[in-house]
Amino acid sequence: MPTVSVKRDLLFQALGRTYTDEEFDELCFEFGLELDEITSEKEIISKEQGNEKAEGASDVILYKIDVPANRYDLLCLEGLVRGLQVFKERIKAPVYKRVMPNGEIQKLIITEETAKIRPYAVAAVLRNIKFTKDRYDSFIELQEKLHQNICRKRALVAIGTHDLDTLSGPFTYTAKRPSDIKFKPLNKTKEYTACELMNIYKTDNHLKHYLHIIENKPLYPVIYDSNGVVLSMPPIINGNHTKITVNTRNVFIECTGTDFTKAKIVLDIIVTMFSEYCENQFTVEAAEVVFPNGKSSTFPELAYRKEMVRADLINKKVGIRETPENIAKLLTRMYLKSEVIGDGNQIEIEIPPTRADVIHACDIVEDAAIAYGYNNIQMALPKTYTIANQFPLNKLTELLRYDMAAAGFTEALTFALCSQEDIADKLGLDISATNAVHISNPKTAEFQVARTTLLPGLLKTIAANRKMPLPLKLFEISDIVIKDSSRDVGARNYRHLCAVYYNKNPGFEIIHGLLDRIMQLLDVPPGEKKRGYVIKASEGPAFFPGRCAEVFARGQSIGKLGVLHPDVITKFELNMPCSTLEINIEPFL
Amino acid sequence: MSPVWPGVGEGKGELFWTHWTEVLTLKTYWVSKGSAFSTSISKQEAELSPEMISSGSWRDRPFKSYNFSAHGILPDSGHLHPLLKVRTQFRQIFLEMGFTEMPTDNFIESSFWNFDALFQPQQHPARDQHDTFFLKDPAEALQLPTDYVHRVKRVHSHGGYGSQGYKYNWKLDEARKNLLRTHTTAASARALYRLAQKKPFTPAKYFSIDRVFRNETLDATHLAEFHQIEGVVADHGLTLGHLMGVLREFFTKLGITQLRFKPAYNPYTEPSMEVFSYHQGLKKWVEVGNSGLFRPEMLLPMGLPENVSVIAWGLSLERPTMIKYNINNIRELVGHKVNLQMVYDSPLCRLDAEQGSPQTQETT
Repeated sequence: MPTVSVKRDLLFQALGRTYTDEEFDELCFEFGLELDEITSEKEIISKEQGNEKAEGASDVILYKIDVPANRYDLLCLEGLVRGLQVFKERIKAPVYKRVMPNGEIQKLIITEETAKIRPYAVAAVLRNIKFTKDRYDSFIELQEKLHQNICRKRALVAIGTHDLDTLSGPFTYTAKRPSDIKFKPLNKTKEYTACELMNIYKTDNHLKHYLHIIENKPLYPVIYDSNGVVLSMPPIINGNHTKITVNTRNVFIECTGTDFTKAKIVLDIIVTMFSEYCENQFTVEAAEVVFPNGKSSTFPELAYRKEMVRADLINKKVGIRETPENIAKLLTRMYLKSEVIGDGNQIEIEIPPTRADVIHACDIVEDAAIAYGYNNIQMALPKTYTIANQFPLNKLTELLRYDMAAAGFTEALTFALCSQEDIADKLGLDISATNAVHISNPKTAEFQVARTTLLPGLLKTIAANRKMPLPLKLFEISDIVIKDSSRDVGARNYRHLCAVYYNKNPGFEIIHGLLDRIMQLLDVPPGEKKRGYVIKASEGPAFFPGRCAEVFARGQSIGKLGVLHPDVITKFELNMPCSTLEINIEPFL
Repeated sequence: MSPVWPGVGEGKGELFWTHWTEVLTLKTYWVSKGSAFSTSISKQEAELSPEMISSGSWRDRPFKSYNFSAHGILPDSGHLHPLLKVRTQFRQIFLEMGFTEMPTDNFIESSFWNFDALFQPQQHPARDQHDTFFLKDPAEALQLPTDYVHRVKRVHSHGGYGSQGYKYNWKLDEARKNLLRTHTTAASARALYRLAQKKPFTPAKYFSIDRVFRNETLDATHLAEFHQIEGVVADHGLTLGHLMGVLREFFTKLGITQLRFKPAYNPYTEPSMEVFSYHQGLKKWVEVGNSGLFRPEMLLPMGLPENVSVIAWGLSLERPTMIKYNINNIRELVGHKVNLQMVYDSPLCRLDAEQGSPQTQETT
């Protein structure tokens, strides 16, 4: 969940009233937000860097509010306030308009070189805007939030905002060789080539995460104005020339990226949120984008979409009985202006450009339910009549578990992921012989493979509990994973039963006895007969020579039992003799 | 020489320490006849023996009194793992409510079933390397249901079924990527798809409790592997009110009766709700589960009829177990670093009994 940090008093000022923390928490709960933390800049720095560094930091109370990941319109104070005010019916949702400029329209020309790297771009102008320090901070912060969220860390879309009065259009969005791009980037005092910048930013804690997006490409994206001034080199950094300050009056916004839909949504969000501070409130000046094929489009789109939903559909899906008029009111409170039309049963809903998250009638149903109040809905039990069935493998497992405990063994629950060593080297095998599933880019060795045997987990459990009195008798009935090309995904689970006996003596006869008991429980008689079981002398790198047997039941080999080889015992950091049994229980279904 | 008393006052007695004097202790006892005085010797018996029974000699023997305040000898028994004891109870609850157990015996899943079929877009953060364990080998799924894949591709990229869609370039390669499943909802998707192929439609109630994998930051309450509990009801005309009703019955069986619901967001459910219950010990509302109605963009491409709704909810198995058994660090419960003594000592799992002790600590 994205978190938005807002100054509490600013928030209350904009909402037109104060709340106690509990009251505001309750409001958030109702609306689907979460008041995650109440803190201050001082407290944050104190926690992260110690009390000394926090000296002189702001004491102003901050509310950290978690917003749903699909609500881009709630990612800043302006959007939160607007959403809550409309929810509480204190204001009517403003209507956002795109207007044509008095003079020449700003143009952004895209050249074909961008096609291979970041083909899409959209643009708009916020005309005669009035910033204060707080509004300015909010403006920058929103871009950062959008970058992290819908823009997928700038990979899909990058936002650039520029002081229009320092520029002269038309603007060109093109791609050039890194060595051919030279400009003074934001907050630096001299010019650098793009190659130099890539090096400099390698140590910048903020920007280093984005370098990979264009680093190894032959051409880097860059936007120029008609005088060759660099606006930005997306997605890395803006030029210093066009830097926005609190005094900026006209802002040129460009969004570039690899996802056209998201670029348009991002542009719409920024302009709708901050057009509140334009002289002509809630209007956005259009900009024209010319594509490589010569065609052009005007942005921002600021599309209002209409959708028609039947009132009884909403009632049916939520489980309420509201009149169409009431439902229309509920939806209007959720920023979805609605009215009853037609035969009195249809509701026409206007979806504003700030609600790109509404893509289906079910989104509208949820908003109606939220406005109604989830906790006001009457609970009912479905009349669905069904007879329950257990999954046979789990049913068998449950039965066996109890009797394993009755036999004196204690159940362990070990990790399904482990190191290659655990299932191969430590058991005297080569990893290629295990047919194991390998995980890509594991953070640590503990996540290299999925286990192909339950034995390492049990041995590690003993190692972690070596102070416990002997003997240690552990078991586990759980899944292992093996590659299998007959399955749609290429791998499958097998349900194994594994037991270990760890004591001053190996206890082979005890593990053998346990196997006999298990077969007795499974109603598998001893003997070579078709439904019976036998054990035959065998060998294996994990076992002590002469003390290993293979188990055959129902005509197939189901596993092995025996005394563990001292090498295995020492590799798992143990020092007592140990015997083990591991079988596949699926043949007994 | 005068007697020297060692240990009395400051001067411990130089003479004592130089061994010129030796302190002798003389003990005297006054002895008299007790009630059990006898001139013959007989040993006090501890226990009855077969010989005593047959000869009747138990009548003449004195027996040592038994120390009732000491502990007895614990029987030599095996033990079940606390987390799995809780799992057994949850299975029971679902079965009592008429839910059928879904097959979940595949830790390895394709991105298609884990994400795409659930209408989770390909550029979603959860699909990052950060949150998901992708596989090196086998790296890609070998088979996917072709027609169904086409329908899923279309609804993601163009919409349809009443939806605007996400309007992006859906790639088959991305859907083929194998991973360790991040939720058992992938198994629910498979189960619902199988249900949708059966005509005519019959309502169903499914559940599963099994292991899932997340490549997240690890801490005292988070591991890379944990168990997810999931319940699903598919029927005509189900509402949000029905979801709340089922949740109320489910949680009542856990001994939780005070519930509150909060709007939430999941990529594959809409409406979505977080479920909160009032924790007596902590005196606050805590989240106990997540739920919602599956989106039509997920259900309709499967072939489920339009008026069929599917409600679903989920929670983790570890969290209620840690609260129930008063465990603060998840590593003491799950994995090889388990505290075996805790496993030996843990009581029966009775979910609807009194909720924990007053000292129960919060585990997120």
